[in-house]
Amino acid sequence: MSAQTAHGSSTEKPIAFVSAQALRERMHTAVNDPHLRSSFRGAMDFLMAKRAAQFPDESELASLRSLSEGIRQYSLARLPDLLEQLEASLTKNGVQVHWAETPAEANAIMLGIAQRHQAKLIVKGKSMVSEEIEFNHAMEAAGVGALESDMGEYIVQLAGEKPSHIIMPAIHQTKQQIAKLFAEHIPGVEYTDNVDALIQIGRRVLREKFEIADIGLSGVNFAVAETGTLCLVENEGNGRMCTTVPKVHIAVTGIEKVVEKLEHVAPLFSILTRSATGQAVSTYFNMISGPRKPGEKDGPEEVHLVLLDNGRTQAYADEQLRKTLQCIRCGACMNHCPVYTRIGGHAYGTTYPGPIGKIVSPHMMGLEETHLLPTVSSLCGACGEVCPVKIPIPELLIRLREEAQSEPHANPAMVGQGAGYNKLASFGWRMWARVYGRPGSYRAFSWLATRFRMFSPSKQGGWTAARTPLTPAPRRLRDMVKDRR
Amino acid sequence: MSARDRILAKLRAGQPAQPLPAPVLGEHFGPRAGTDSPAQRLARFRAGIESFHAEVHITSEAGWPELLASLCADKKIATLLYGADTHAGRRIADAPFAGTTPRAWAGPVEGLKADLFHRIDAGFTQTRGAIAETGTLIVWPSEAEPRTLSLVPPIHFALLDARHIHPTFFDAIHAENWPAGMPTNALLISGPSKTADIQQTLAYGAHGPKELIVLVINAEGEPQ
Ligand code: SF4
Repeated sequence: MSAQTAHGSSTEKPIAFVSAQALRERMHTAVNDPHLRSSFRGAMDFLMAKRAAQFPDESELASLRSLSEGIRQYSLARLPDLLEQLEASLTKNGVQVHWAETPAEANAIMLGIAQRHQAKLIVKGKSMVSEEIEFNHAMEAAGVGALESDMGEYIVQLAGEKPSHIIMPAIHQTKQQIAKLFAEHIPGVEYTDNVDALIQIGRRVLREKFEIADIGLSGVNFAVAETGTLCLVENEGNGRMCTTVPKVHIAVTGIEKVVEKLEHVAPLFSILTRSATGQAVSTYFNMISGPRKPGEKDGPEEVHLVLLDNGRTQAYADEQLRKTLQCIRCGACMNHCPVYTRIGGHAYGTTYPGPIGKIVSPHMMGLEETHLLPTVSSLCGACGEVCPVKIPIPELLIRLREEAQSEPHANPAMVGQGAGYNKLASFGWRMWARVYGRPGSYRAFSWLATRFRMFSPSKQGGWTAARTPLTPAPRRLRDMVKDRR
Repeated sequence: MSARDRILAKLRAGQPAQPLPAPVLGEHFGPRAGTDSPAQRLARFRAGIESFHAEVHITSEAGWPELLASLCADKKIATLLYGADTHAGRRIADAPFAGTTPRAWAGPVEGLKADLFHRIDAGFTQTRGAIAETGTLIVWPSEAEPRTLSLVPPIHFALLDARHIHPTFFDAIHAENWPAGMPTNALLISGPSKTADIQQTLAYGAHGPKELIVLVINAEGEPQ
């Protein structure tokens, strides 16, 4: 069998960004899919309960959150220095460090490595950054197979889909759907919806691939500057396979993942697994500080690290937006989000769904394409409350709304500032502010409104799509108060 | 200008003028290290790793090779792979195996990859220590005990000296001054491999070992 026949349909077109109109439609469809809603509801309830069980002690959680926030903010404040230190340490350890400003650059670097080794098959550990840059698509376009090996990612790749959750990629699929996928796509496999049997099928198929793959690709959870160590968190062992068995290992990550000291990963690792899946610890914590040394009997002969910008420097330049980069990608904000729970991960149309997706995607893709995203929120605040590194997500959503809706101006903090600016709406709100800001005009307006209430329109745009129209009250509060005196 | 220089220049331009104070970790971890006796630490470690489906056997420095041999017989292990050039490896060479062939790892992995993936039933490694808080083994692969020994065979036997159980990961890093010299690969292992990627249903034996069996020696109170 050719190594390229990764049974996948990942050559299918990647999900390009969806327009504002399409985003509305996708959300509408998702909300009206009772099956999808109940499966997400169930999964999110499960994850929320598991997380809660990990933090029985409020004060321990508070202390760990403050510490984790402090470490992430400290690291970001020193980011350029730490990146240079990381590069120096890794280079000393024999790891080759590459820098990419855009997804295209990152893919070109990795394709170059693959071609130098005449690679036919790349096995992949879970990496959201590789999703962000459409890595699989780029490799397959160049004739190099890219096979996902995390069970959830493998399922999603077989289905020709994108992950719907950053931690549990196949959370939208039922075991019956997965059973059908396996029976259809994997030669010699009969339909079974026994979860253990399905996992054993995945194990057998993917073990063959680990054995023959030329390159292993992984993400990075934390990169340690002082020691030049790449840390990976996982349960399945596929991450260890990808970073240990093939003769080349490529790690790809965003520039924000670096911390100064090895000890800094201890609290971050602890709060990450507990917040993400409610596990006290993951099965594996894999610390890689270099390729195989002379005398060692296994491990990759080459290790590469690709550091990706893709909009992160834009977020970095603004004190408030910089907080976006504190994220350790635990997914707790999605698990607790009432919007995510109702529409699922695919409706957003971006690589990172849910609250984290809403605050990070505008930097990666620009506000022209994403200006509606920050409004896909009720600002209930649940995300900010559970975030292990205390990112004030609701505040950032409001800030992004401002960036998107305000009149375009010079030296904007973000690409696409003003993309959602609407002259008429802005004018309307300005008038509203003028009327409501002065007692005299407010009094006059409310008097008129109660008298002419029968002229209120019955169709009020988005409001009346699912609600009864707004009509001014027959009597003003001030009049009723006056009567009671 | 290269991509590297451009990224660094943008970050420098946006960097806050005042550096933030370095985080103080001792305040959080100090009280957590606690005053557990070695026996309590072992109990905590054991409860943790057993909850992740690992098997734990308390044995002794003198008796573990025999226990290993009998566990291998119980589990019908035909071939046990181990690193010969270690203290534990030399003990295995002399152990009374019946029905199990202990095979010492020899040469680079390329020479035994097919056996490793298809014909080895179990791997044996020493451990550097463990973490009580979470029920976690600390494994530092080495020239003698390569990385894949604890990964590819379906069963992983791990030898743990109970005197090296630290309260937390943080304490292990500090007590042993890890930053002074990290190995090419260091691992924390908490149970056999697993996944909950299909409908949140937990299944063991994802891509790594299906079973993890820990042999504990030098537990307090154990007759030496
Ligand atoms: S924003 Fe916070 S809660 Fe959401 S994924 Fe990132 S770290 Fe987790």
